[in-house]
Amino acid sequence: MSSIAVRKKPDEPGVLGKTFFYLFMIIGALVSVFPFFWMFVVATNDKDAAFQMPPLLTPGTHFFDNFSRVLERTDFFRALLNSVVVSSAVTVSVVFLCTLAGYAFAKYEFPLKNVLFVCVIGTMLVPAQLGVLPQYVIMAKLHWIDSYKALIVPAMVNAFGIFWMRQYIASAVHSELLEAGRIDGGGHFRIFWKIAIPVVTPAMATLGILNFMNVWNDFFWPLVVLKNKENYTIQIALQQLFTNKDGLDFGMIMSATFTATLPLLIVFLLFSRWVIAGLTSGAIKS
Amino acid sequence: MADTATASPAQSIPPKRHFWTEKRRSQLTAYTFISPFFILFAIFGLYPIIFTIYLSFFKWDAIGPMKYVGIKNYDLIISDPTFWISFSNTIIMALMGTVPQLILALFVAVMLNSALNKFKNTFRILYFMPNITSIVAVTLVFSTMFGNNGMINWLLNNLGLDSVPFNSGWWGVKIAISTMVLWRWMGYNAIIFLSGLQSIPTDIYEAARIDGATRGQQLLYITLPLLRPFILFVTLTSTIGALQLFTEPYVFLGQGGTGSTRQEGVTMVTYLYSEAFRNGFFGTAAATAVLLFVATILFSVLNMLLSSRMGGDTGGKRA
Repeated sequence: MSSIAVRKKPDEPGVLGKTFFYLFMIIGALVSVFPFFWMFVVATNDKDAAFQMPPLLTPGTHFFDNFSRVLERTDFFRALLNSVVVSSAVTVSVVFLCTLAGYAFAKYEFPLKNVLFVCVIGTMLVPAQLGVLPQYVIMAKLHWIDSYKALIVPAMVNAFGIFWMRQYIASAVHSELLEAGRIDGGGHFRIFWKIAIPVVTPAMATLGILNFMNVWNDFFWPLVVLKNKENYTIQIALQQLFTNKDGLDFGMIMSATFTATLPLLIVFLLFSRWVIAGLTSGAIKS
Repeated sequence: MADTATASPAQSIPPKRHFWTEKRRSQLTAYTFISPFFILFAIFGLYPIIFTIYLSFFKWDAIGPMKYVGIKNYDLIISDPTFWISFSNTIIMALMGTVPQLILALFVAVMLNSALNKFKNTFRILYFMPNITSIVAVTLVFSTMFGNNGMINWLLNNLGLDSVPFNSGWWGVKIAISTMVLWRWMGYNAIIFLSGLQSIPTDIYEAARIDGATRGQQLLYITLPLLRPFILFVTLTSTIGALQLFTEPYVFLGQGGTGSTRQEGVTMVTYLYSEAFRNGFFGTAAATAVLLFVATILFSVLNMLLSSRMGGDTGGKRA
């Protein structure tokens, strides 16, 4: 071991180097995780815990107290339900339609295919907020303001999903399998449904989780189209808690924030491998 | 053949030279499969952008009739000091939130990828965790830390520094918001850099090691040039995202009922939002959107130029 260490000197750091390495990594990890912990600490202590000096770092027992004040102020569970309905509907649609389109781009030949695919990718670089005024006007004309439809319909299919499914289908679904299906007399959609879908469910799951998180966390568009309290998504409801003129009750705010974040945190920790795999592949397009 | 015919009810007996050949039918199927995207994009993506440009030449409150005013909307916002403040705030916060973030992300990615790291998966998950929280949640949590009597000021005082008014100071607000952006996106971008690092074949490093290249040299002459497409992708998406900054300042400045267009933190999108949805000036809001779009394109092009320059230089030195 030691004889090798001498030869490899330029790239085999010693104990000190390793210590610094882990020290840096651990500090970074702590910074990444601390706000979650802090959220929990403030949520479980009484009102003024956020500004105690030195900072309070132990969870307390006031969570339900704090949370009951959330319920006095806003219909938290209604907002949670709205978010669940909208995020689920969008996700089901995105997964289905993106898989369908990705399948067509991966396994069919048709005129202008490459041009159209480049168009799909190109739309990813157009910031969505730029069209917000006409989008709002469209929603008003359709009488969709304050309805789930305004949140669901425009988001039903997206470019990232098509790209991601195309990449996966191109390598995971063998064309011979599809040929065989066609010779057996399967219709196009039947082949897609019975042969392609079962092979690509992992990619669909990743897309589903990523999409669910994005819709769940969206703020700008719901803020524009939701006017009525009953229709608020969870993000709007959280923001509303923060605009209280007579002093901010951070115990209350953090108990709501924590409750709204926890479901995503659990889903992420359960499926982290898929989530991270999905994101990295998104970058490989360039 | 007979089976195929039964499978498509519309064309029951396809003769050989019928218009609906197998090829045509499969093309039509493909177009059908991809059509939802193009239909939705046309209605909710392309049309709104074109209509925004059109709208920017009209005076309109979204209800009454539209009145053509030429370039007056542009005149109005260009002579509005708040617009320029929002513009410079957006650029300053884009730089403050993005530049240190990407450097850190690159650094973290290299460390995550290092053979020294025995807990790759755990660290990857921990570093990525901030990204799953909503921006609203991030802003709320950081608001408690950045309060005037909050934890960060307590830390600063203990280090012998003065408190910073993160709620109201010109720089304080920007530092607080940039920190939120940095915290939420650093790990995400590190993961993307990491996937780039993993795509670099390891035998290049071995060859360099045999030639006696140090760690630093390997990083400078192998890793960075080969990572260029990823660096471009990440800077591009981060810049575009940073120019759209809205939720953090909107929520953070809105605390306790104060306005989200306060000068310390108003951004171009908060300006646009309040023009349209508070003041009912859809024309000037549309003009703001157009200028923002132009800025986005300019910055994207600048990005690409800079990164091709950068890559060209290091490549030149090495060769």
